[in-house]
Amino acid sequence: MSLISSTSSSKELLRASSAARQIERRLFLRQGLSLGALTLLTGCDVTDTSAVQGVLNGISRWNDRAQAALFNPHRLMPTYPESQAVKDFRYNAYYGASQIPKIDGATFKLNLSGLIDNRKPWTLPELYALPQESQVTRHVCVEGWSMIGKWTGVPLRTFLQRIGADLTARYVGFECADGYYSSIDMGSALHPQTFLTFKISDEILAPKYGYPLKLRIPTKLGFKNPKWITAMFVTNRFPGGFWEDRGYNWFGGV
Amino acid sequence: MSDITAGRLQRASRLIVHPLTVRITHWLNALAIVIMIMSGWRIYNSDPIFPFSFPVGLTLGGSYDGSVDIHNEDGLAGALQWHFAGMWLLTINGIAYIAYGILSGHFRRALFPVGPAAFVRDTIAALQFKLPHHYGVYNAVQRTLYLGVVALGVIMVLSGLAIWKPGQLQELTWLFGGFDVARVIHFLGMTGIVLFLIVHVALVIIVPKTLPTMITGRAPADEPHGKD
Repeated sequence: MSLISSTSSSKELLRASSAARQIERRLFLRQGLSLGALTLLTGCDVTDTSAVQGVLNGISRWNDRAQAALFNPHRLMPTYPESQAVKDFRYNAYYGASQIPKIDGATFKLNLSGLIDNRKPWTLPELYALPQESQVTRHVCVEGWSMIGKWTGVPLRTFLQRIGADLTARYVGFECADGYYSSIDMGSALHPQTFLTFKISDEILAPKYGYPLKLRIPTKLGFKNPKWITAMFVTNRFPGGFWEDRGYNWFGGV
Repeated sequence: MSDITAGRLQRASRLIVHPLTVRITHWLNALAIVIMIMSGWRIYNSDPIFPFSFPVGLTLGGSYDGSVDIHNEDGLAGALQWHFAGMWLLTINGIAYIAYGILSGHFRRALFPVGPAAFVRDTIAALQFKLPHHYGVYNAVQRTLYLGVVALGVIMVLSGLAIWKPGQLQELTWLFGGFDVARVIHFLGMTGIVLFLIVHVALVIIVPKTLPTMITGRAPADEPHGKD
């Protein structure tokens, strides 16, 4: 932890932790198998040559379209009995717990922009007054782990209708207090299980879970569920996302 | 049919051991399998389901150091890109191979009949180094292994879809026993294919004359052979 607290920015922090993991992996390599020559042969820098990377990016865009075609706006994601919901949900971000944004609920405002009729910022009491629903669904991480949780909030569809968003626009984008950002297609935004979420396990989101506002979208992978949301916008221009701009598939459908 | 024509036909059929479609789909499949295994190992490393990881140097997904320094992530993005690109090659090529195998009669001629008695007999013969190799005729061990690895390939595509789309394809995920069980099945299927590859490549090393045949399709003229 001394390593972590001594770094100032989250990026440095990730590098530090990645470096530590890397050292672990190198140790594993040395301890495990003496595959030195083979390792050199399969350095796999081939991805970094721009032509190959261009093809891979193109196929990833193709996969966006394939997933959009596979997406059924009326198909509900599996739900589970409340007893299966994990109470102590996993903290997950690209930085350590010491960097978690501390947001003051009293002064918090959700800012709106883009193709929205009423772009007045929303306070927390105003958001809490919206009709709320709960879901017990599986959060599936791109890394492979998954966890069932219970989330409570307002369906994003209800909120988009309330603010007069252009529901024929292509994208809904989110900006977060920690610099994270992401975006989803309008079809997924209008899915009945896509919530602007205030609670997890029947309790107001703890800071580590994204207080005060998190997107819960069980039709997409975990990194499409941004936390600490401070701004939302509706647009026809492709907005990308934090991990999406680093090579993760944009549609990220489940 | 005149004797001369029959003789020519016999000679022609003797020459081609592996049909062109089999050769093309074999090598495209080899490429796809290598991409899927190596990128899959790096994806596995991001959340290991067993108490070990694969050496990063054996995985595919771009420069590991580069993605840490430039992209703020440890190479998972590149591995996923490879895996979900390779998926199309594996699936389309696999469907083409299986469709050809069924429609042309290649499977019926080359892979059947096969049964446990013949498998045991040929396995014992192989272990005693008494199993002769005939071009174009697969012995019972080969037939069993080839049918088995084709079945594993089908299981890998289906269990992969179950992990990729546990929401949109939730019935498929359910059939595989749920998301977590599907991940284990996907891993075990990979293990089976890797074991097949070890045996497959070892046999080619032991009987190296089979390798050029899978490229040219033709057996050396002086070899005994069956036809397909």
